[in-house]
Amino acid sequence: MEPIVAAADPVAIKYIGMGLVALGMAGAAIGVGIIFGNAASGVARNPGAQGQIQKMAILGTVFAEFMGLLSFVLGIMIMIKL
Amino acid sequence: MAFTVDPLHQFQITPVYPLPEIMGVDMTITNSAMWMLLSVGVCFLFFALAMRKKAVVPGRMQSLAEMIYQFADGILDENAGHNAKKFFPFILTLFLFILFMNLCGMLPYSFTPTSHIIVTFGMALFVFACITLIAIIKQGPVGFVKHFFPEGVPLLILPLVALIEIVSYFARPFSLAIRLAANMGAGHTLMKVIAAFVLPLGVFGIAPMAFLVFMTGFEIFVAILQAYVFTMLACIYLGEALADHH
Repeated sequence: MEPIVAAADPVAIKYIGMGLVALGMAGAAIGVGIIFGNAASGVARNPGAQGQIQKMAILGTVFAEFMGLLSFVLGIMIMIKL
Repeated sequence: MAFTVDPLHQFQITPVYPLPEIMGVDMTITNSAMWMLLSVGVCFLFFALAMRKKAVVPGRMQSLAEMIYQFADGILDENAGHNAKKFFPFILTLFLFILFMNLCGMLPYSFTPTSHIIVTFGMALFVFACITLIAIIKQGPVGFVKHFFPEGVPLLILPLVALIEIVSYFARPFSLAIRLAANMGAGHTLMKVIAAFVLPLGVFGIAPMAFLVFMTGFEIFVAILQAYVFTMLACIYLGEALADHH
């Protein structure tokens, strides 16, 4: 059996890599879901602390989202550099 | 009918007004520099117009200007404490500069300077260098180094903890810069990608068009949020530098 990778076009492999990088978004999506889910349950338990919980949730989202955006940066780097 | 779409074309830097080299530095005004100057000009004009009357009971423009001022003041006060008050002009300038660059990027046919990592990295490195210098002056060189060796950690894993602390400290300017640039770049790229669907779909293009309207609103929210986050993180780092651990 011939090795598939050696026969493939390098440009095709580059595009496959760019597609795989998009999987990084899954982690960011899970993180954002956990943050807002917990924020919602926190507000349900203690509606008085809504303002503070909202602020912390937005801050946490920014950090979680950053990890997803890193995958975007990697995708752009693969696209431009190779 | 073929549409050739290049969502990354908007990030291209083109010279606008050529200027000669000064001491080996190319002084040409590019579109990036032009929009940067323009956003500073808009910011200056807005505050000059808003605060022209200095009324005790503020009008619409003046109350907006006062709200922005109080917002930046709140960020500094909450995250860096009261003795960081003397750094308020710097924090307000940083916030307004990023905010107006992000918002000017939302204009059609405009250019977003903050979508380029070198612009944000320049700002982040400046903030990082200043705050490190403040920390060294405030706590002394020994006190500054002591930060990387937390107390109460068993001697066996202290080198590992110190290594992690040092790496995470020096990763700060990179994470600040990449966060802002990637957020702005990703949002604008996404908008252009969706905009490319509108015309080829004919009548059904109304659906991506509606989503695009929603996305534009969301991008304005992100532009304000990212300016807030950048300023807030700078304030948190500043608060850490100013806090005394005696």
